[in-house]
Amino acid sequence: MTEPAVPPLRKTSLYDRHVKAGARMVPFTGFEMPVQYTGIVDEHQAVRTAAGLFDVSHMGELEMRGEYAAQVVDYLITNDASKLVDGQALYTAACNEQGTILDDLIVYRAAQDRWLIVCNASNHDKMKAVFEKAAKDHCEFDDRTDATALIALQGPKAFEILALAGSDAANLATLKSFHFRDAVVANVKCTVARTGYTGEDGVEIFCAWNDAPALWDQLLELGKPLGLKPAGLGARDTLRLESRLSLYGNDIDETTNPIEAGLGWVVKMDKPTFVGKAALEKVKAAPLPRKLVGFEVTGRGIARHGYPLRDLEGKEVGICTSGSPGPTVGKNIGLGYLPAALTAIGTKFFVDCRGKNIEAVVVKTPFYKRA
Amino acid sequence: MNIPAGLKYTKDHEWTNASGNRVTVGITAFAVEQLGDITLVNLDVKVGDEVTAGKAFGTIESVKTLSDLFAPVSGKVVEINKELDSKPELVNEDCYGKGWMVILEASDAASTNQLLDEAAYAEHVKNAAH
Repeated sequence: MTEPAVPPLRKTSLYDRHVKAGARMVPFTGFEMPVQYTGIVDEHQAVRTAAGLFDVSHMGELEMRGEYAAQVVDYLITNDASKLVDGQALYTAACNEQGTILDDLIVYRAAQDRWLIVCNASNHDKMKAVFEKAAKDHCEFDDRTDATALIALQGPKAFEILALAGSDAANLATLKSFHFRDAVVANVKCTVARTGYTGEDGVEIFCAWNDAPALWDQLLELGKPLGLKPAGLGARDTLRLESRLSLYGNDIDETTNPIEAGLGWVVKMDKPTFVGKAALEKVKAAPLPRKLVGFEVTGRGIARHGYPLRDLEGKEVGICTSGSPGPTVGKNIGLGYLPAALTAIGTKFFVDCRGKNIEAVVVKTPFYKRA
Repeated sequence: MNIPAGLKYTKDHEWTNASGNRVTVGITAFAVEQLGDITLVNLDVKVGDEVTAGKAFGTIESVKTLSDLFAPVSGKVVEINKELDSKPELVNEDCYGKGWMVILEASDAASTNQLLDEAAYAEHVKNAAH
């Protein structure tokens, strides 16, 4: 007997809920995850007009503790964690010494000596190694991924639904964007953060792995009359794309730097030091050869990840990193890297849709911004 | 899973409805379910073009994915469902009716006989779903 080449897929504690709800399950970063329940567009619209509930328990949760935890975290990320107060979170990139992106993260300051880092599931092993190594001799490191479930409640009705989940949950409406606190939601002990990946208002709720099913059931029941629906990875992708939120592995990876990816705003060059700073100084000193831009496909076609981008002479000049129909914007949209000369708003170019040159135009992003 | 009797099916999840040489072609409910919300039906052929059995003659795209459309039989395109240009969702709503894609004039009227009947296709779907 030989060992199977691919390890068996893992299940979140909500797996049975997804299957019972009729979700189509797909392998995703080592987990069996719901890609859709009723349909991507239906779930997408629910999040834009009411609310959606997402199981994102596959994400990685890393904890750094101790007197020097703050310095270690700040050293590993491009954004400035030193300005955070307790209960505040920060979106950031983490780079390597070459200044390219290891992962995009949210770091949470629970206390000066206690930090939570949420990383992409696809980067969990890598980021665990990065943080664990950096913590060595300086602070304590703990991988909380297996013990932590994460449920995202997103949409204009998110706080109305939370208000039904107990008095403590009702008070969460005062939480500011990118702030978090411990709370009891539907009798479950949680940490609730006003963050998300949909472009809508809402929260992401951390709880113990085995508490997630009870929380999931109660939120769905409370939210149903308000239009809450479970939403899968498919809708998560169209929602984040319309809001121009980067997807690691598509728009950003270890071959891209945050400046060209449009993430310059999370790179704080005035920090004394951080991994990748020297390389990013060089990137910033020179004109950017290419940039990640948003575009609309004006011809008949849908851009997809990996499709070549061509100039109007037909020469291959770039690559599409994300693309799909945008259900709310009602257009076929995408993100892609283009040479700087072709990145001005209104610039026309072609997306090579499997051998056919389909016209597209660079547009302002985000494609969708909530009112 | 809706698999109407009287139609003939391909392993690529297309249905055919033959009346003499005229063969109407669409995609099955199983294909629609796999694709999800259909947003674009792109036919690479026009009326009068010849198609070859098993060769792609267009693509169908959903929010998430893209799939080739294969000609179930060889023949000439005699009609195209123009309505799908502006209303691709008809394929989701009524894949065996208003969501039809093309009508072919089969070069061999007997060619659909070689395709799967509903029982054989149901068996094929059962295996494909696992």
